[in-house]
Amino acid sequence: MSKAKDVLLDPLFNNNPIALQVLGICSALAVTTNLNTALIMSIALTSVVACSNFFISLIRNQIPDSIRIIVQMVIIASLVIVVDQVLKAYAYNISKQLSVFVGLIITNCIVMGRAEAFAMKNPPIPSFLDGVGNGLGYSLILIAVGTVRELFGSGSLFGVQLLELASEGGWYQPVGLMLLPPSAFFLIGLFIWALRAWKKDQVEDAEFVIKDGHEEHA
Amino acid sequence: MASGKDSVFKTLFVAVAVCLVCSIVVSFAAVQLRPQQERNKLIDRQSNILAVAGFEVAGLNGADIADLYNKRIETRIVDLDSGEYTDAVEPASYDQRAASKNPEMSEALSGDEDIASIKRQADYAPVYAVKADDGSIRCYILPIHGYGLWSTLYGFIAIEPDAQTVYGLGFYDHAETPGLGGEVDNPKWKAQWPGKKLYNEQGELAIEVVKSGQVKDPEHQVDGLAGASLTTIGVSHLVRFWMSEAGFGPFLDKLKDS
Repeated sequence: MSKAKDVLLDPLFNNNPIALQVLGICSALAVTTNLNTALIMSIALTSVVACSNFFISLIRNQIPDSIRIIVQMVIIASLVIVVDQVLKAYAYNISKQLSVFVGLIITNCIVMGRAEAFAMKNPPIPSFLDGVGNGLGYSLILIAVGTVRELFGSGSLFGVQLLELASEGGWYQPVGLMLLPPSAFFLIGLFIWALRAWKKDQVEDAEFVIKDGHEEHA
Repeated sequence: MASGKDSVFKTLFVAVAVCLVCSIVVSFAAVQLRPQQERNKLIDRQSNILAVAGFEVAGLNGADIADLYNKRIETRIVDLDSGEYTDAVEPASYDQRAASKNPEMSEALSGDEDIASIKRQADYAPVYAVKADDGSIRCYILPIHGYGLWSTLYGFIAIEPDAQTVYGLGFYDHAETPGLGGEVDNPKWKAQWPGKKLYNEQGELAIEVVKSGQVKDPEHQVDGLAGASLTTIGVSHLVRFWMSEAGFGPFLDKLKDS
């Protein structure tokens, strides 16, 4: 039981797909200008990773090694199309805002990464949990970044105006940068910094260490 | 290993089986959800048109919007060259955006003519007549589009039956910078448009969007967006293009005479 819990909760802080593995950054920049799109994108990605992990794990002993990547891609792509169709039917306005980014879940490295690294070697239920966990890890960052960007960029949360904008006669002058993609880079960078300051073991070793001069001569 | 999961037969079998199952799932989802998606698209377009016509659509559900639309709005197709109504295409299914990409239903624009940077223009355009409570025509809504800074802006301009006074303007699809060019959606900015006149006393096209804070002729000029010069120029060009001879000019002439 505790193993299942680990599989589910590890990707939140200990092995976060965005913060530690630095995957899935592209969509994290694009869909976090407001919380609505960030939340829907999180749900979409979580359901795709969880289901793709489950189905791939279900047939993992049947998948020939030579075509395993393409088989994974076919399953992931099908799930993404289904999710995209459902959003277009039941959450039309949000799906319009998300535009291509739902379709681009296919290329999100988190999905392929979990399929290849976990689902191919583990039974369906733990694979499903691993998918949910990684989806939640991704969601955590998206929601955090989305909250900061919407609050300081538009003065609202979930579209509800909290800070009175100066342009509407209020006091708050919105930070325009927050609505542009680079701000998500800064926020994710700060998040990674905070996380690694808290959990020192996540700090990566430098790839090359410059040696002292006299050691070189020795 | 010739047998087992890596044999040629097994590889082909798995490939075919996975593709078959996935294609069934995908086609099932697409077919099942299509009617709902078409409905959403229609409601989206209708609520955009109603919003430009000055109706409050924010709190309405799909059925209410369709109801209001059918009661108040009449769609006709206009031949842009002659300005006459035409029955050449079905108003309900005509897609101007698709038509402007189809060489048989559109024509290419030359460089100096194409101030709105749309490259090709469809031969026909829909016109939406908005009826007031008493059944008289309140305004005509004309679809307009053109290039801003990053994207093509798609929107509507509503013109009163005198073919001279702007009733309203709004964009429903663009990707301008949020907070700068994206302020074309700001109700405060849009509120400047109603009452502006298209033509001056000599009958020349006079409406334009000028640099922020430099309005000299408030009857014809609209104040631009601060910090978004290129979007401002784009909007000015696209409005002028569609109100000119190349756009709805002939239609507006006919409207003025009638």
